[in-house]
Amino acid sequence: MQRPTLTRRNLGEMVMKRIMQGALVLVMSTLGLIVWTIISRGLPSLTWEMVSQTPKGGFYMGKGGGVLNAILGSIYIGLGSTMLALIVSLPIALALNTYVQQTRWQERIRLMLDVLWGIPSIVYGAFGFTVMLTFGLRASLLAGIVIVALVILPIMIRAMDEVLRRMPTDLTHAALALGTTRFEVARHVVLRQMLPGLVTAILLAFGRGIGDAASVLFTAGYTDRMPTSLFSPTATLPLAVLFQLSTPFEAVRERGYASAFILTILVLVVSIGARWLSHALSRYTIK
Amino acid sequence: MDAHISVQNLHVWYGNLAALTAISVDIPRHGITVIMGPSGCGKTTLLKSFNRFLELNDTTRISGTVAVDGHDVYAPGVDVTAVRKRVGLLAQRPTALPMSIFENVAYGMRIHQPHLDKSALAIQVQHYLEVAGLWHEVAQRLDAPATALSIGQQQRLCLARGLAVEPEIILGDEPTSALDPISSRHIEQKLLELKQRYTTVIVTHTLRQAKRLADYVIFMYLGEIVEAGPAQQLFTNPQQERTKEYLAGVF
Repeated sequence: MQRPTLTRRNLGEMVMKRIMQGALVLVMSTLGLIVWTIISRGLPSLTWEMVSQTPKGGFYMGKGGGVLNAILGSIYIGLGSTMLALIVSLPIALALNTYVQQTRWQERIRLMLDVLWGIPSIVYGAFGFTVMLTFGLRASLLAGIVIVALVILPIMIRAMDEVLRRMPTDLTHAALALGTTRFEVARHVVLRQMLPGLVTAILLAFGRGIGDAASVLFTAGYTDRMPTSLFSPTATLPLAVLFQLSTPFEAVRERGYASAFILTILVLVVSIGARWLSHALSRYTIK
Repeated sequence: MDAHISVQNLHVWYGNLAALTAISVDIPRHGITVIMGPSGCGKTTLLKSFNRFLELNDTTRISGTVAVDGHDVYAPGVDVTAVRKRVGLLAQRPTALPMSIFENVAYGMRIHQPHLDKSALAIQVQHYLEVAGLWHEVAQRLDAPATALSIGQQQRLCLARGLAVEPEIILGDEPTSALDPISSRHIEQKLLELKQRYTTVIVTHTLRQAKRLADYVIFMYLGEIVEAGPAQQLFTNPQQERTKEYLAGVF
């Protein structure tokens, strides 16, 4: 075997390969650095008190208490908005791939969703705030859930849409040949076949929703009390991180990192759980 | 001739491309009708006009009539799912549904006979798997994913699944072209057994398969029917010059 000579083409191949490896290293090390920062600065402050108590008086000046109210609030808003968005997203994504036959209309709808995806979440928050002012409503858990659902809706629909587009035509036709309606194909065949991908789409939207600070700032508000009702203000972890990191007290800032750590763990647990579930349900999927 | 499917002046266009031109042909009840001809001659298009699969493509335009037992399947108000229940399709590549082996066969029955109870369903599933010659190979693993089967077994599973819907007509779109020789023979054998009870229409581009299976032959070229008639007559004494050339392997 002769060693490959250094031609222009070989050189191009080598350079491109290095660039790709470099990009990968850059991304992985950034991720590693973020995780390291959160762990190294947050872990020492992560006490049982942090996850089991609400903020006591003077919490933001270094006194006792924890962020249980924000943990619960984030779980409520994350799950609530994901559920709400799911109820709307799934029919839209399915319709886009089964009933909307004309490519022209599919492309228009996709463009519109992509534009919605690009709107910053603070704009959604401001919009929600305006609507609430008009009706004389105050910040509440419900308002937070609705606005976060709106933020993640285009993400969820487009992610599901990209999954459903990969549905093998042969499979759809095999079911239609048995005399099924399009809805039956969607429910019995498409959902089953595409479930793992759909779960990923839902997770993507959930992760985005639970971590968003700007949209809940005006709509869910913030409070040191536990969330007890859909109609009262509710604290969330991203805002807890924001408020703690913006104090001048070192000890409080450390707890801010601990809160960020909790948020990360929360997303991780839900992701792993959902992955496991979708894997368990994909036994019959056609590879 | 007792025509089960009767095609009258059928034209099909894909966009501006004429795929079928002025097709008029009768397909006899029971027995195997083979549609043959070179690639791109419209064989599959004609086949898919019988179960209204052409309309799955939104650029397709269709005119003319396709009557099954005298009723035009393209008449306004006809329920397309009812048409496809009567006219089953065995696709080119076996496509198992993302379900267990049992559920693949049970699926059509669950759709069309939702009130069928569990034991009746199990009996029917076994029956159709036996008809397709697959029962003994899968009886112990009905709950396994259909993809655990070999390609040849999957095609017989697809046959069982199609028969379970209780069609009157079986369409086969080159149903053995993706299979190995032994699996192909299996499928051919089953089709020969089933022709007593079902009207079967097969598209094939292999002349030898056509000769093995056909009772009646439709020979197509460039979107038109060149010649149609009983297999014996068409193979031994073709009337048209093009048919003679095709049988002689000129194109």
